[in-house]
Amino acid sequence: MSKKLKAAIIGPGNIGTDLLMKMQRSEWIEPVWMVGIDPTSEGLKRAEEMGIKTCATGVDGLLPHVIEDDIRVAFDATSAYVHAENSRKLNELGVIMVDLTPAAIGPYCVPPVNLEAHAKNLEMNVNMVTCGGQATIPMVAAVSRVQPVEYGEIIATVSSRSVGPGTRQNIDEFTRTTAGAVEKVGGAKKGKAIIIINPAEPPLIMRDTIHCLTEGEPDQAAITESVHAMVKEVQKYVPGYRLVNGPIFDGNRVSCFMEVEGLGDFLPKYAGNLDIMTAAGLRTAEMFAEEVSNGTITLPERG
Amino acid sequence: MNLNGKKVTLHDMSLRDGMHAKRHQISLDEMVNIATGLDEAGMPLIEVTHGDGLGGTSVNYGFPAHSDEEYLGAVIPKMKNAKVSALLLPGIGTVDHLKMAKDLGVSTIRVATHCTEADVSEQHIGMAAKMEMDTVGFLMMAHMVSPEKILEQARLMVSYGANCIYATDSAGYMLPDEVTAKIGLLRAELPSNVEIGFHGHHNMGMAIANSLAAIEAGASRVDGSVAGLGAGAGNTPLEVFCAVLDRMGVETGIDLYKIMDVAEDRVFPIMDQPIRVDRDALTLGYAGVYSSFLLFAQRAEKKYGIQARDILVELGRRGTVGGQEDMIEDLALTMAKEKGLI
Repeated sequence: MSKKLKAAIIGPGNIGTDLLMKMQRSEWIEPVWMVGIDPTSEGLKRAEEMGIKTCATGVDGLLPHVIEDDIRVAFDATSAYVHAENSRKLNELGVIMVDLTPAAIGPYCVPPVNLEAHAKNLEMNVNMVTCGGQATIPMVAAVSRVQPVEYGEIIATVSSRSVGPGTRQNIDEFTRTTAGAVEKVGGAKKGKAIIIINPAEPPLIMRDTIHCLTEGEPDQAAITESVHAMVKEVQKYVPGYRLVNGPIFDGNRVSCFMEVEGLGDFLPKYAGNLDIMTAAGLRTAEMFAEEVSNGTITLPERG
Repeated sequence: MNLNGKKVTLHDMSLRDGMHAKRHQISLDEMVNIATGLDEAGMPLIEVTHGDGLGGTSVNYGFPAHSDEEYLGAVIPKMKNAKVSALLLPGIGTVDHLKMAKDLGVSTIRVATHCTEADVSEQHIGMAAKMEMDTVGFLMMAHMVSPEKILEQARLMVSYGANCIYATDSAGYMLPDEVTAKIGLLRAELPSNVEIGFHGHHNMGMAIANSLAAIEAGASRVDGSVAGLGAGAGNTPLEVFCAVLDRMGVETGIDLYKIMDVAEDRVFPIMDQPIRVDRDALTLGYAGVYSSFLLFAQRAEKKYGIQARDILVELGRRGTVGGQEDMIEDLALTMAKEKGLI
């Protein structure tokens, strides 16, 4: 029996297609279905050409095939508005949901910080926060695991071309969700998130700044070591994750300046913000598959 | 230029854009003192917010002496005739801040985006319009794109519910012909019930000339700042502008001597440094860089030994936009490393 878990991707847009390309290289996850709502969509055509089953009737079109195709994990790359229904329907059939929308029904998941705990608990719905969250929260956690952080602030600057209409129409979701996860996952007592969209041509690579205000004098040596170790953890699934400057220390302020270059699968390399989401989502599903293979968790029974 | 008989609504920025020049440290007493002076002088509209808008309080932009709630709560009850506006940058502030401002009595909300990114303002403009506020779409760094692009983005903001659109010269880069072209196209193409506004900076010494060009081209709202207190070399100095408009026969409803006195007696004494076209402010205008970067670049110069002017020019070359203050320290660190200074 193959150790790979079979997967469906919902939403054949940029994110869904990039995810599919990454998944085809995965040792742990096998893409089987791509689900859309528009039969003329380019994304569905591309998936078909890549040998993936497709349907254009939304999640309802996928449901009858879940058991016979042994779909165990689904990635939702649609929108927060439809995620709740998608998740409910698929969870009922025992499918683990990796949520790439800002819906955040399930707990936030930032792989190097808390994925292992979620996988061991067999959380049936995990939320991938936001691109800015994936790029910055590991750094907040790298500081807060050394000493308490009273305030964590992140600034994500992304190229205009990499920001889709969904994010634009609901940019407040980004700031709220990211700030919340800076607290809950990053470990800062108070979190703040800022997003800047830059239209420069050629497009700029995603860059992120992380400021932490520590309680008491920052332990410079321990924080520097922790930050470098955390960068290596993220680089395991996003090789283009780079610490450009820092950590620098100024009073109780600790600042890191990052750049995130994508792999350039479907999305261009500058769109590290989208790449880090798909890479983190896939890494999450892989960890579940590894835990199943280790026997640490058991997937829901199926007749 | 003949502007005789035109009417214009002036909008004071000293207590919002001026917050940049004061590192957001204006005290409540100073704010109330200046606002009441402006109210008595007949200023119709006064902006009160963190320099980077509602929710701007941060490591990135600076923690203010008081919260937006405290400033608005202190100023608004003291106003006899003047209305108070607040600025909001989507990506920094949210609709929650907007509702807070409305509850405190803010009547005008100005939703600011980079001049090519108007579609991030739909939530905020929509909400403000729904709450029947005077809703302004504020297109920043308008020197970076063509008049046609500004118009396209303005139309988006109007479609979300804005009743006034600004072309904003955040870098103080524009010369009068450019103002004429941009304001003129907005006035010609947008519905006549949508007002047009202009916001200038004095980095190239053009703020008054540009504001006049804007009025001639059809702007009916013009921003300025008493004593010029604002980012970079400051905004259009309102007491000067009022005197010019008075000579040209433009109606503002403002008492010239009273606004002169506010500038001299209430604003000038609180300045931390002279607001003038020094070499760094001039560089902002010349290189087309966001005006509030000025003090950050000067601080980076002190800390890392890289000239503020060199940092600002490089920021311009890279196409940085408003809000990217974090880039300044990052870039200074990179430049200092390259020079072997650290």
